[in-house]
Order: sequence, then C-alpha cells, then structure tokens
Amino acid sequence: MLTHIIERILQALFVMLVMSALVFVGVYAIGNPIDVLIGPDVTQEIRQQTIAYYGLDRPLWEQYFTFLGRVLHGDFGRSFVFGMPVLELILSRLPATLELTLTAVIGAAAIGVPAGIYAGYKPDSFLSKLIMAISILGFSVPTFWIGLVLIIAFAVELQWLPAGGRGDTASLFGVQWSFLTLNGWTHLLLPALNLAFFKLALMTRLARAGTREVMLTDTVKFARAAGLSEWTVLRRHVLRLIAIPIVTVFGLEFASTLAFAVVTETIFSWPGIGKLIIDSITSLDRPVMVAYLMLVAFVFITINFLVDLTYVALDPRLRKGRA
Amino acid sequence: MDRASPVARFWSEFAESKTALIALIVVLLMIGLALAAPLVAPQDPYDLANLPLMDARRPPGYVGSSGYTHILGTDAQGRDLLSAILYGLRISLQMGLIAGAFAFSVGSALGITAAYLGGRWEAFIMRVIDLQLAFPAILLALVISALLGQGKAQLIAALAAAQYAYFARTAHGAAAAERGKDYVEAAFSTPLPAHRVIWRHILPNCLPPLIVVATVQVASAIALEATLSFLGVGLPVTEPSLGMLISNGFQYMLSGRYWISIYPGIALIILIVAINLVGDQIRDQVNPRLKR
Repeated sequence: MLTHIIERILQALFVMLVMSALVFVGVYAIGNPIDVLIGPDVTQEIRQQTIAYYGLDRPLWEQYFTFLGRVLHGDFGRSFVFGMPVLELILSRLPATLELTLTAVIGAAAIGVPAGIYAGYKPDSFLSKLIMAISILGFSVPTFWIGLVLIIAFAVELQWLPAGGRGDTASLFGVQWSFLTLNGWTHLLLPALNLAFFKLALMTRLARAGTREVMLTDTVKFARAAGLSEWTVLRRHVLRLIAIPIVTVFGLEFASTLAFAVVTETIFSWPGIGKLIIDSITSLDRPVMVAYLMLVAFVFITINFLVDLTYVALDPRLRKGRA
Repeated sequence: MDRASPVARFWSEFAESKTALIALIVVLLMIGLALAAPLVAPQDPYDLANLPLMDARRPPGYVGSSGYTHILGTDAQGRDLLSAILYGLRISLQMGLIAGAFAFSVGSALGITAAYLGGRWEAFIMRVIDLQLAFPAILLALVISALLGQGKAQLIAALAAAQYAYFARTAHGAAAAERGKDYVEAAFSTPLPAHRVIWRHILPNCLPPLIVVATVQVASAIALEATLSFLGVGLPVTEPSLGMLISNGFQYMLSGRYWISIYPGIALIILIVAINLVGDQIRDQVNPRLKR
C-alpha cells in the first residue's frame, strides 16, 4: 500500500513537471507581453529596461528554469496588469471560486443521487421519466445558456435574486465568505445552480444506471428475502454498491467544475479565479495564466490521487489485493 | 428483411424510434436552412448599408422602416434577428462539422496506429491521451484558442485539439480488439502491405463506435464554439456564430431586451439536442449489449 502511494506521488510529480514545461512554452507563444506592459510611445530605453526587468530578453529555457526555481519557492512572479504577486492575487480570488464550486457539486450530489436512485428504482413512473428528460436537457444545453435563462427568469423578470456579484461577506479564518451571510446566499444561489446543472444531470444518470443494475443482482434478492425493508435495502446495499462510480465522478467533476466556473463566473460577474483567467487571457497577463493553469493541473492530479485512495477505503476487495 | 443491405436494416431500425426520426429531420432541416441562408433569409444581415439604426433593438413583430416585419425582432445594429440566426447557424455548423472531421481523422489515425504498433509506443501514445482526457475539453479549447488568437482556422484547431483524444481512445479500443482477431492475423500473413490491411480491414470494423462518438462530439464542438465565442476568445466579430449573437445580446438582457440573446440560444439548443438524440439512437443500435 505504501509503495503504491509513493509510486503514485512520484508519477504525479513527473506529470506536474511536464505540465509546467508545456504551459510555460505554450503561454510564451502568445503575442509579445511587453506591448501590454508599456505604451507604444515610451522611449526605446525604458522599453529595454522593462524587458530586462522581467527577464524577457533571456533565452526561453533560461526563463523556464528561473521560473521553475521561483515556483518551488512559492513565487509565481508579478501580474503584469495588477502589479501584485500572482500567488497573492490567485489566493485572494480562490475562496470565491471554492465556495461556488463546492456549493454546486454538493448540491448536485445531494439532489442528483436520490433522484437517480428513484428513477432507477421505479423506471416506469411518470416522475422518473420527468427526471430523465430534465437530465438530457442538462447534458445538452451549454452552461452559459442556462446562466442567461436563470438571469432572465429570476433576476430580470421575477426580481427575486440579484444577477451578479458576491453580496455581503463575513470573515472566517481571515477570509471573506459569502455563504456566511443571508445576502451572500442570495447572490450565491443562481451561479451555484447554473454550475450545478450539468453535474446534476450526470449524477442522476450515473445513480440511475447503477441502481437499475444493482436491483437485479442477488444481493438485493437476498436482502429482501432476509426481510429487510425496501428503504434499508436501498440505503444499506444499493447506495453502497453504486457509491464507487459516484465518488469517482464526484472527485473528477469537482475539478472540472473549476474549469466550468470560468463560464459561470463571467456571466454572474463572480469575482473568482475563473473570471480572473478570462481577464488575463484577454489582457495577455502571462504570469497569471501560467499560475492558473499550474494550479488547475495540481488540483486535477491531487484529486485523481485522492479518488484512488477513496476507492481503497470504499472497496474492501482492493484493500486485500493491494496490501 | 434478412436480405436487406446492412444500411437498409440499420435505417429501418432507426426509423422505429419516433423521437430519433424527428430529431434527424430537425437536424437535416437546420443544415438545409444553414446552407440556403442567403436565399431564405429575409435580409442580408452583413450588408451594413442596409441596416437602419432607427430599427435597432426592436421587439419581435416590429414593422421596420422598410415595411418588413421582423418576426424575431432586431439586434443592436438594427439587424433582422431571424436573418442573423440563419447566417449564424451556418457558421456554427461549419465550425462544428469541420472541427469534428479533423478530430475524427487525427484521433482515429492515432488510436488505430497505436493499436497496430503495440508495445512501448502504444503505451506511450495512450498514456498521453489519457492524461489529456483528464482535463476538461473546455479548458483546453480555451487555452489553445487564447494561444492561437482569434480566427476561423485557429478556432477549428483549438476545438479539434480539445476533442481528438475522445476519438483516439475509442478507435484504439476498437482496433485493439480487431487486431487480435483471426481474420486480421490472416490478412497480415498475406503479402499485402500493412497500410492496406489497416485501411481495408481494421478501419471499417472500427467505424460504428467512431460514428457514435462523432455525433456526440460534433454537438459538443458546436456547444464549445458557442461558449468560446460567448467568452470572447472564439471567432472574430466579423464571423458571428450563434454563440456570438447570444454574447452580443447579453448586455441588453438586464434591461429586459431578452430577444436578442434568447432566440439565437433557442436555435442553438434545438440543434444540439437534436444531434444528441440522433446520436443516442445510433449508440443504442450499435451497442451489442442492448440488442434484442
């Protein structure tokens, strides 16, 4: 088990290294960052000074190793646009994204899994068909479009909820959070719903497919024969057996939600890292782009790793085999 | 019935599902409308001389200064929205189909080659593809299109680069299964060149799952393109796809002028849902586990 973990950690480190090189070289290819930093009418002298200051005159490989060395010290450079350290910038935006994605993914699981189990338990009922029809919509309709519809319905026409921003925040562990205030929740609800829609469809379909399969197995037959109530069968046996694919998807989807947050945050002007990356792409703010991509890669790799470990905890068969 | 060609048999089974049949008709109709846009659109939305500014942002049903009724209203430049949607459909479909075709060819070629080569190369190629699949397509497309800049060719490259991996994995799975079969062994033992065996024997047998992936991926390429254009990193303003029409209308939505965004969006969704429904039916028919 321990060797397995160490092996996986080494693998993950290697992947991170490759990613950092790809991201660095890739992002380097965009335009000429110096034109973003200074106006076209400055003197040649200032231009040269600025280039030298940011190390843009060095060969690419040297810039990469300087960058790598700094990253290992937690220094991702300074944002060209905001003029502050990138790490600080991203960390200041991260809580907003984190609370948005967590609300979305947990909400999607809390609604989607029971709905899916129901649809798999009674596949022919009207409600099940309705659930599945909604899930097909959730799969097909692009996220940004659902966001627009939510804004029109709840913010413009009904005027129940605000169309953007974070609202009031309260402090916890020295960080500002929206979910601690009532006003914050009203701002959080629409973007979280928007972000959750696709995951909701996915969770529902997974839970339904799993339940339909498990209901036909001997496990359920024997559990019923032992006199357990239907509720206990569903909770103790079905839910447990369908848990593995759901946990996998939960983990992976949490990571991809970070990516989709780009869209939702833009629509709802939610000041998280998704909005930051779109702004830095349009303004060619290279250090921010590099740091963001590295962060996403890191989150992906970590989550993949954690999902693997959770498997072992959930499935006793793997525990014995890998020991 | 048994003597019918495989295509005819496939078709009669397909036609049994009413939903799929309607979806197919909708898809074909939309392709037809997109192709015929210059003929059927009431107005050329890109002839700037023809756009009276006094007609801008009028609600559906407004009778324009030229006496023409704008059924779906007009946008910020006074464009007839119905015409803009027909032209936008043209661009969206074009992007989705071309990017899908590129991803299909590159991905299948890579997957089948990996299965044919076997050993270390196979492991390496598939490892890279699995790594790429771990990242969401939207993020890849976003980054690549930001790297390449705006433009049709750049966007197609970004979409194809984000999607080829799905084809590669499917093609690899199918080809690896075929590779081990006796008829392929037999074909390789003849003096036929390897590329001919791959092209004439392995590839045709990998097609059914690839076609299923293709329908899904064309739909998602169209959605991706719309998303990127909405975010402002996709097509340039001179090539207004449905996504860009939606994006242009977004700023007017908070003031209640919903139609500029909503109608292009409805067109986009009908297209994507219809393609997905056709894909669902093909998948069910191709999947041997669901065979009666």
